[in-house]
Amino acid sequence: MEFGSKGNRRKKMLVNAQAEQLYGHCLQFYSQPPIENISLSEFEIFAVERLKLLKTVENLGVSHVKASELYNKKLDKELSNLNFPIRAEADDKKPFSVPSEYDKRRKDHISHFILRLAYCQTEDLRRWFIQQEIDLFRHRFNDLKAQYKKEFLHRNSLHYDTITVEEKNSLTKKLINSSFAVSGVTVKEEDFYKVPFQDALDLVRGRKVYLQEGFVYIPHMDIVTIILNDFRTRLSKALALTARSLPAVLSDERLQPLLNHLSHAYVGQDYSIQKSIGKISLDQIDPLSAKSFPLCTRQLHRALRESHHLRHGGRMQYGLFLKGIGLTLDQALQFWRSEFVKGKVDADKFDKAYAYSIRHMFGKEGKRTDYTPYSCMKVILSNPPSQGDHHGCPFRHSDPELLKQKLQSYKVSSGGVSQILELVKGMHYQLACQKYFELTHNVEDSVFSLNHPNQYFIESQKLLGGPGAGVKVEVKREDNPIPKPSLVAPCQTPAPGNVPQDVAAEMSEDLDSFFQDA
Amino acid sequence: MPAAEYDQASLPDLLPLYYRRLFPFSQYYRWLNYGGVTKNYFQNREFSFTLKDDIYLRYQSFSTQSELEKEMQKINPYKIDIGAVYSHRPNQHNTVKSGSFQALEKELVFDIDMTDYDDVRSCCSAADICPKCWTLMTIAIRILDRALRDDFGFHHRLWVYSGRRGVHCWVCDETARKLSVAARSAVAEYLSLVKGGEETVRKVTLTDPIHPFIRESLTVVERYFSPYALLGQDILGSKEATDKVLGLVPEDVRKELLVEFQTIKNPEKRWGRIETMAKNKLTTVKKGHYFDKEIMLQYCYPRLDVNVSKGVNHLLKSPFSVHPKTGRISVPIDLRELDQFDPFDVPTISLICEELDLPLVAGEEEEPEDTKENEKEAGERRKIRDYKRTSLAKYVKLFDQFLEEMARSRKGELLRKSDFQKDF
Repeated sequence: MEFGSKGNRRKKMLVNAQAEQLYGHCLQFYSQPPIENISLSEFEIFAVERLKLLKTVENLGVSHVKASELYNKKLDKELSNLNFPIRAEADDKKPFSVPSEYDKRRKDHISHFILRLAYCQTEDLRRWFIQQEIDLFRHRFNDLKAQYKKEFLHRNSLHYDTITVEEKNSLTKKLINSSFAVSGVTVKEEDFYKVPFQDALDLVRGRKVYLQEGFVYIPHMDIVTIILNDFRTRLSKALALTARSLPAVLSDERLQPLLNHLSHAYVGQDYSIQKSIGKISLDQIDPLSAKSFPLCTRQLHRALRESHHLRHGGRMQYGLFLKGIGLTLDQALQFWRSEFVKGKVDADKFDKAYAYSIRHMFGKEGKRTDYTPYSCMKVILSNPPSQGDHHGCPFRHSDPELLKQKLQSYKVSSGGVSQILELVKGMHYQLACQKYFELTHNVEDSVFSLNHPNQYFIESQKLLGGPGAGVKVEVKREDNPIPKPSLVAPCQTPAPGNVPQDVAAEMSEDLDSFFQDA
Repeated sequence: MPAAEYDQASLPDLLPLYYRRLFPFSQYYRWLNYGGVTKNYFQNREFSFTLKDDIYLRYQSFSTQSELEKEMQKINPYKIDIGAVYSHRPNQHNTVKSGSFQALEKELVFDIDMTDYDDVRSCCSAADICPKCWTLMTIAIRILDRALRDDFGFHHRLWVYSGRRGVHCWVCDETARKLSVAARSAVAEYLSLVKGGEETVRKVTLTDPIHPFIRESLTVVERYFSPYALLGQDILGSKEATDKVLGLVPEDVRKELLVEFQTIKNPEKRWGRIETMAKNKLTTVKKGHYFDKEIMLQYCYPRLDVNVSKGVNHLLKSPFSVHPKTGRISVPIDLRELDQFDPFDVPTISLICEELDLPLVAGEEEEPEDTKENEKEAGERRKIRDYKRTSLAKYVKLFDQFLEEMARSRKGELLRKSDFQKDF
């Protein structure tokens, strides 16, 4: 990308010639970087708005089934609010609508490349960026009409091997039984692609495809999986390359702070602030766990007290939570040791086998990363509990029946229980937890949007005026203006219309607030 | 045969003998060198040793077989773990710029541990095992081995007894070693059916259509279910056990069955009723009700430690390492005789060390010394003879066969490649 101020005529001509090639289709693989000059303010706006979009993608992915009707509807709404291309409008062929389809595609293109710069620096950032971009791409591709899908494959020269009719016939039954959406008719009429299983991991993971001798047999309608895999590979390679050339970009003092802020914005508040440290004494944990812990850590605490042991996943989730509410390393060691030695582990074994990992959590061992407490998203999405585990999100990882009993035993009214279970059924786990918060704290409408167990704790302490409330000042200031998870309506951005000056001013204001939390 | 009882206290005395005369170094090196095809494959491999008192040495690496041999004979590790092949020599990991030292490849591994079945076995708990619950491992191996072979097309799968309460699988195909973290976790998830922790009662949920992989797995479970679960574990015997099973069926069925079971006491008949009910449901309700199958899977289906399989850099206990608690050697399992495999028959370090001291059996007497042979070769040969005199022999032989098979397919692959090139 060129950020120089020299307006180059030759380059401009090139831009025009490339426009059709770049923006002829409403979806692209982002294989060509933009080469035009853009103003700094446009740079900022594009970046922030794509970031908003990706945050929405992330949040929707947690509170809804991906590709469900509601998910699609909400994502489309956000795309259209932020003036990114969506299919419906492309079909309308309203050449004079403002901003034009061309503008939207250009914005899609350029903003993607700006975020590549901001999100190429660490493994974590890359992973997050790739994941959201892929979810976004999947949505947009699925949304295309068949003819556009074909055109997309053609434009990007994507060819995949199909299997012969004979092969299809011999596998018919297995193909039908491998996917919910495949019937005898589809087998007969549709093409099936045969690719190495490594190229369709999402289908393999969910057992949604027939697998034989290391190859998967993918019906045409699932071709998006292979394309996404292609997209992922390209994007991750491109990010690695971008990372290498980043120092050159960062030497531009106008861009460096912007890019840094952008990349810090994705996780929101991480609740690792050290201000609260030492405010909690160990004997307060029991009462606090009943009053101010969210269900997940309350469950972990109880399991620890009962069995005097927690497996790795539980130790991590609970240990980091405790660190986040202000336990010092010494306190943490004392806390875990005193509990473990009541069980099968003696003090000596504890010091050898467990103390290391606790010091590790506090960044005192190994690569000395100061680990941050897990967010709801992380608890819900990664490392689900298995046999013997007590970690995870109780709203996500419990049988509804057990959850019901548990809520009843915690004296949640039966009306409240059914409200919570309803939310769980709709997969709104964070909202369910927030409801639980409201019911147990006797507040009608909590003023925050829950996305972190430590946030739950702080909010609870704020209401109850306990020792954990000390951090509230920071949190308030650092509260995150980016769209919060779940049902909160997509951020209100100016409706499609004339974008220029006034809106740009509004945007940079937005940007300012954006930076405060970084 | 001497029934040498293993005593943990004797381990420090036995280990030197084991590493000096019995540990199959040449096969071990042959394995991890993979024909020397990739440069520095052995040299960049991480080994990790556990010493007395759980002292842990990570990032050990060796340039040659003899270097590994010397080091192991010097420090006599209580336990050996194998890690990934890194971008640089692991023992120099501190000297390279952080971030550039990366795990590149490793066998695709699986770890199945009996403790993960605690909620469905009544015979033992935690680290204990008995011939009754060992059937669970047999089922696990059958199901996973079939899927790894037929579904994923992996040819070189080494199954190893962990030495105590579980089994490991090392998938050694080149494609398997090169799998990314995402691919490993996808494979592990494809193979996982039992989901959920202490807060989940129903851990298996089947939906229409039943995937061919699940069908195949069910045929394995069906073979063992009646003798293992109904008779062995008696899951429909006591009131408590029966209630647990009935906790997994829909409420209306549960009520009916509770009444019926007051008169039906025989576990197999009880199970027959559950199956019939499921079948009836299947015809009346449109959406599949597979609660009988779900119960079978929840009680018998392999429970993987997914995190072990996922990470490229995850360490796993090495074959032929000793289990310090039981003294048993981590030996390969012969799948052709899987049903006969008995973990309590696996030799302990004390047994094989004792066997070394027995007088030579006829037919095994010293071969005439070849005077031209240099001393090193003679030593090497003596060592080969050494393990052949012990109960370890058949397991090393099994390992040899596994390596031979790999060498053969490597050769085939090379031939194929060169033929391919000639075509042009």
